[in-house]
Amino acid sequence: MTTRLRFVAQGVAIGLVALLFILLAWSLLHDEGGDLMKRANRGDRPSAPDFTLERLDEKGALQLSSLRGKAVVLNVWASWCGPCKEEAPYLEEVWQRNRHRGLVVVGLDAKDFRADARRFAGRYELSFPLVYDGPGNTIDGYGVTGFPETFVIDREGKVVAGFAGAVDGDEERTRLQSAIQDALA
Amino acid sequence: MIRLATLLALGGLAVASVGVAANPPRAADLEAELVCPVCETTLDQSNAPIAEKMKAFIRARIAAGDSEEQIKDALVAQFGTGVLAKPPGGGFGLLAWLLPLAAVLVGAVVVAFLIRSWSRRREPPPPADKLDPKLERLVDEELARFDG
Repeated sequence: MTTRLRFVAQGVAIGLVALLFILLAWSLLHDEGGDLMKRANRGDRPSAPDFTLERLDEKGALQLSSLRGKAVVLNVWASWCGPCKEEAPYLEEVWQRNRHRGLVVVGLDAKDFRADARRFAGRYELSFPLVYDGPGNTIDGYGVTGFPETFVIDREGKVVAGFAGAVDGDEERTRLQSAIQDALA
Repeated sequence: MIRLATLLALGGLAVASVGVAANPPRAADLEAELVCPVCETTLDQSNAPIAEKMKAFIRARIAAGDSEEQIKDALVAQFGTGVLAKPPGGGFGLLAWLLPLAAVLVGAVVVAFLIRSWSRRREPPPPADKLDPKLERLVDEELARFDG
């Protein structure tokens, strides 16, 4: 009887270890957020993780997949982030210049106070849709490691390009324009 | 007399409890119980911009007369329950308290079972077989001859 119980205990222990290994392997295989930008920038066009978030600029919520059929520039920002301030006027310009062509700029404010975010939007006169993710759960799926980060998503919901840091230099802006052309095509 | 003493004691308790409830929360205590959503350390350990904003928020709410619970609730409404260093005591948060206890209990049961199993395995060695009397006599004779 004791031998049988010992075998059962050993079986349970081995089973638990195996389960932990399976969980580890699963999480490694499914954690694509970290390299979403890398994959996009090498031309793989991974799917943009969908989200539904409350709007900051008006009542209601915005679902990313509801913009299917349009190209999207998704900008992850926060009011306390310095480079976000430098980048904000340029993103407004991009929105104004391309909105009639089927491009939507979406500002995703994360890990921030709503009131601060609204003040920021007012100060930089941002008129594109703004959504709020206080806990920052959504941005994990995009593998965001810092602020700001920008993703260009095509009409089919695939990520065409990613930008870590502000899109502020000539080189980065040229690359953004090129990615937008690609996403609108 | 006893009634008067009881009334005075109850009155004293009521005053003391009101005094405790009226004590404003301390910013340092709250900063040790709330987590910076960017660096994921407690606010007192962080000087990230959002942590500084949260500290300023806490001080402003204390000055406005909010209780500890009100301040925590306001921050949870902005940043979610992840902002609490200690998980909430109810619902899903209860798992964070119960799972470690369950793990310790299961571990204790496994260790007890193993100890019991090992101690049973150590049975006393079987007694040595007795020498055949014929052989024993032969050995004795040989030894006597050797001594003689």
